[in-house]
Amino acid sequence: MPLILDHISQIYNADTEHPVKALDDVSLVIPEGQFIGVIGHTGSGKSTLMQHLNGLMKPTSGKIFFNGQDIDDKDFSKKELRKHVGLVFQYPEHQLFETDVFADVCFGPKNMGMSKKETELAAFDALRKVAFPEDLYYASVFELSGGQKRRAAIAGVLAMKPDFLILDEPTAGLDPVGRYEILDMVAGLHKESGITIILVSHSMEDVAMYVERVVVMDHGKVAFDDTPREVFSHSNELEEMGLAIPEPSKITRKLIELGIDADPGVLTATEAADSIYAALMKNK
Amino acid sequence: MIRDITIGQYYQTESVMHRLDPRVKLLGTLLFIIALFSYKNPLGYALGIVFLFAVIKLSRVPVKFITKGLKGIVIILLMTVLINLFLTPGTTAVAIGKLTITYEGLAAALGMMIRLILLIMGSSIVTLTTTPNNLTDGLEKGLGFLKVFKVPVGDVAMMMSIALRFIPILLEETDRIMKAQLARGADFESGNLVKKAKSLVPVLVPLFVSAFRRAGDLAMAMEARCYRGGDGRTKMKPLVYKKRDAFGYLILFSFVGISIFLGRWHVISDFFNSLYVNYILK
Ligand SMILES: Nc1ncnc2c1ncn2[C@@H]1O[C@H](COP(=O)(O)OP(=O)(O)OP(=O)(O)O)[C@@H](O)[C@H]1O
Ligand SMILES: [Mg+2]
Repeated sequence: MPLILDHISQIYNADTEHPVKALDDVSLVIPEGQFIGVIGHTGSGKSTLMQHLNGLMKPTSGKIFFNGQDIDDKDFSKKELRKHVGLVFQYPEHQLFETDVFADVCFGPKNMGMSKKETELAAFDALRKVAFPEDLYYASVFELSGGQKRRAAIAGVLAMKPDFLILDEPTAGLDPVGRYEILDMVAGLHKESGITIILVSHSMEDVAMYVERVVVMDHGKVAFDDTPREVFSHSNELEEMGLAIPEPSKITRKLIELGIDADPGVLTATEAADSIYAALMKNK
Repeated sequence: MIRDITIGQYYQTESVMHRLDPRVKLLGTLLFIIALFSYKNPLGYALGIVFLFAVIKLSRVPVKFITKGLKGIVIILLMTVLINLFLTPGTTAVAIGKLTITYEGLAAALGMMIRLILLIMGSSIVTLTTTPNNLTDGLEKGLGFLKVFKVPVGDVAMMMSIALRFIPILLEETDRIMKAQLARGADFESGNLVKKAKSLVPVLVPLFVSAFRRAGDLAMAMEARCYRGGDGRTKMKPLVYKKRDAFGYLILFSFVGISIFLGRWHVISDFFNSLYVNYILK
């Protein structure tokens, strides 16, 4: 059941003197089982794109297909779509409202029409998957730390048991430790349950380390859509879009300019170290 | 959906209305409203409509943008019209069972509807063409005479401008939270009134939390910049009347004077009355 975006455009404030073209003829196919990273400068249209995948907005032009059906069709149930495609908003902690964490996580599955027992099982399962501290299951949502709130909010979407999980900048505003905890958790979800994941991020490093496909957004258009290795080899174009390539790639690139025979496509620090070591040993 | 509400919004563009001194616009709105409620014959309303559309044209704000703001008051509008329509005594035009619509009721309902629509559109012009900062300055200076009566004009003006500034921010926030809860399967549309009201809890709780947080942050930021009340604050750009403002006042006063005079002049009212007696009642 792939998600297909067919020439989607979105114009905000169309009836004013300052229309904003947030998406400009975007076409994407998102098959099941992939781990996709979406990157782009601030304002490039990432969040807008993600909201379309969840049927929260009607595109100005273009169509979105889920399971072969046009999601803007009258007889297509948006609720059904949202059951399969879970969207965790940017700063999702602002949506928490129940008296305690557990009740809040139950909100989604309850809306999906699960029975009380199913709902509770799904909620426990989701909280466990996001590694939420057990002694805080019944704590007030307003007494949690930033990272804990983030986890609770992700669990709230995960509890609906979606096939696609979209995370809009899940690491924004977290410290490096909290960031990698969340990203590792997401990668674990993908590995264990084979769920399709779309991870929106500002950070090249985050994306490079985890995903198998990178979509680069620039001024509402898809600039690149390829494997991380391929995408990050376009360092000049990326820099023009205000995106920095991962630090390890930068270093090996510099070394290659200096005449050291390192691999130009490395993405992570470990890969870079290995390739530099190999190059240096060869020169000996 | 919720973004359709345009109350308190500023429409960014370049126009003579945008450049006009806020005091002119504020007094203009007040006088316009007074004029609206003093008209006694159709000529007055016609003049009011012409004046309003001339102002809108000058402001370069699309009419569509302003009429969008009317959606919010549709219910109030409808109630007023219905009450006027059915409860005004006079000569019966149509009778539906026990309810009767009179010619007088028809006229009253129509007049009230035009008044309300013009009132909302007219007053939204001020906020659409004036930045919150300018609006505060205008209020502060325009109401400055109240200081004699120990009214803290500066503080009140500051509170009003913050409140105005917060409306679009809170609407945006509401939109965001609603979408986030929709993504979790919330349903704001189906069900009876009780169910609908209940479905708003997941929106209202986070909204209040965030409003309080924002208010706290703002208070802290104001204190950090040594805000300590309105008295004795100087301005970087003090309001000074320009030539165009004098011109604005001139047009304003002439319009209000002439339209109230014509709108209430017994000769014209009598003319419309005779039309009514001769053509409609026969
Ligand atoms: N509700 C809205 N009304 C008007 N303009 C909007 C709205 N939402 C987004 N925009 C505009 O659309 C463009 C794309 O916004 P979007 O939020 O999709 O960007 P983004 O890539 O998610 O940015 P960020 O990385 O900062 O989250 C921006 O120029 C933004 O100002
Ligand atoms: Mg975003």
